[in-house]
Amino acid sequence: MRLSADKFAQYTFLGIACSAIASLMLIAVFSLKEGLPFILWYGPVEFLTSTNWNPQENQFGVGAMIVASLWVTAGAMLIGAPLGVAVAVFLSEFVPRPVMRVSKPAIELLAGIPSVVYGFIGMMVLAPLIRRHLGGPGLCILSAAIVLGIMVLPTVISISVDAIGAVPNSFREGALALGATRWQAVRMVVLKAARSGIVASIILGMGRAVGETMAVIMVAGNTPRLPHGLLEPVRTLTANIAIEMSAAIGRHREALFATGVVLFVVIMGLNSLAMAVMRRKGAR
Amino acid sequence: MRIPPRQVQTLVVGMLGGATLLTLAVLVFIVVFVLDKGLPVVTWTFLAANPEDMGRAGGIFPIIVGTLLLPLLALGIALPLGVGSAVYLNEYTRETQMTRIIRFGTDCLAGIPSIIFGLFGLVFFVGILHMGWSLLSGGLTLAIMILPTIIRTSEEAIRAVPQAYREVSCSMGATRWETVRKVVLPNALPGIVTGVMLGAGRCISETAAVIFTAGTVAQMPVSAFDSVRTMAVHFYLLAREGISGENAYGTAAVLILAVLILNTVAYWTMHAFIRRKAR
Repeated sequence: MRLSADKFAQYTFLGIACSAIASLMLIAVFSLKEGLPFILWYGPVEFLTSTNWNPQENQFGVGAMIVASLWVTAGAMLIGAPLGVAVAVFLSEFVPRPVMRVSKPAIELLAGIPSVVYGFIGMMVLAPLIRRHLGGPGLCILSAAIVLGIMVLPTVISISVDAIGAVPNSFREGALALGATRWQAVRMVVLKAARSGIVASIILGMGRAVGETMAVIMVAGNTPRLPHGLLEPVRTLTANIAIEMSAAIGRHREALFATGVVLFVVIMGLNSLAMAVMRRKGAR
Repeated sequence: MRIPPRQVQTLVVGMLGGATLLTLAVLVFIVVFVLDKGLPVVTWTFLAANPEDMGRAGGIFPIIVGTLLLPLLALGIALPLGVGSAVYLNEYTRETQMTRIIRFGTDCLAGIPSIIFGLFGLVFFVGILHMGWSLLSGGLTLAIMILPTIIRTSEEAIRAVPQAYREVSCSMGATRWETVRKVVLPNALPGIVTGVMLGAGRCISETAAVIFTAGTVAQMPVSAFDSVRTMAVHFYLLAREGISGENAYGTAAVLILAVLILNTVAYWTMHAFIRRKAR
């Protein structure tokens, strides 16, 4: 009797442990099921490269949105990656322990702030600033990139801090004993050793930037046209889904699910890349 | 000309410190900005009254209720699944192909953006399972979304329980299940609480996935099949449609305070937990 309870528990736990992978499969299957037939019907090349999005006239090209997502994400990473890595290096290497112990959770709090709040502040504070000083409508690629650049900071910082923390102290001591300054030790030894973790943090941050929806809707302007400059409004893949889903039916709705498929594939690609980079570190 | 390494170091450290200050300043600015504009609006009447005229007047009471119910439901589903997964990965098996697949799935799930969870919830729970835009659809969708967070934090908590505890338990004739139930889980509890707080925080901050699955009806839910509106959604609708700046700020202030409290409690429990383990 006793033994059977134990076996029962074991099988129950095994079943439960499959819940995450089962959810992932469900999500993948249903996203593809809803979106893939549309992509095949419309023509994959046409769907991905056409910049003509006009649901009223059955024009469903997401090319402009893909370009917009690329611009906004690239901008966000140009801001978020150097800033995040700089903060991680500073907190890990140049600050006494107690300061680190207060600063790190404070920065992780950035991750807890709802994305709508980021978007709102971007809309109320940042967009007017850009409109006044740089021109354009204010709600544009640049605003979105800055807001997302801030939003990816917690991801970049906390994973980079972990990577830097995992570098053995003997590496630093070795460099210092050879007469290096602390910064030289960090630049030549610590950063080299922590490189793969830092790269992974940037890729995961990129995944967050690509997938962010609400903040982008509020600051990017949402015009589904090909942008020609940083100060022009754009609509990203995520924004396209969120804005139009409530009113969409028929082909239009299918097209939005197809947009979701594109997004899903991009994100899975980025995540696999990050995991591969991290695993290479593990193997070494 | 070469700059001496010491001066380079001073320069670089100055720049890195500047970056850190900038980041902290952004955080402080966001919190202060929202609280400064929002807190004057937050009164007892605001918290306890029903919204009127689409949120232009009145309070946010049913919205607070929705914001409490949705994470509770999501956690009620995700907690047993997440802790169970963590127990299986750490107590019942060694590293095998199976555990690698499960960990891979968890990592992938963690990286999926919320809008995809929203789309999935819309098709699967709202559509195929005929739950409609409801508390139940929203709770199930959010449960899947926070599952990776719960699994990871529980795994860390369970791993932090000293091996000796398990050995003592087994040496007294306890089965593995008894060891898990009476020794491992009670000792891992503070770490699991941290995961719960972080998961709840993610649920109340979520907007896109909630709109798609739980809907936006700002009324008291009577059953699990009623649509609810959370604070994040309410804030979004008020702010974006320009319905009421004042009430939007008030809602945002309550939301930010809730997130701050949840995160502080999460951090504090984890910290106390680590300190106790270190002793």
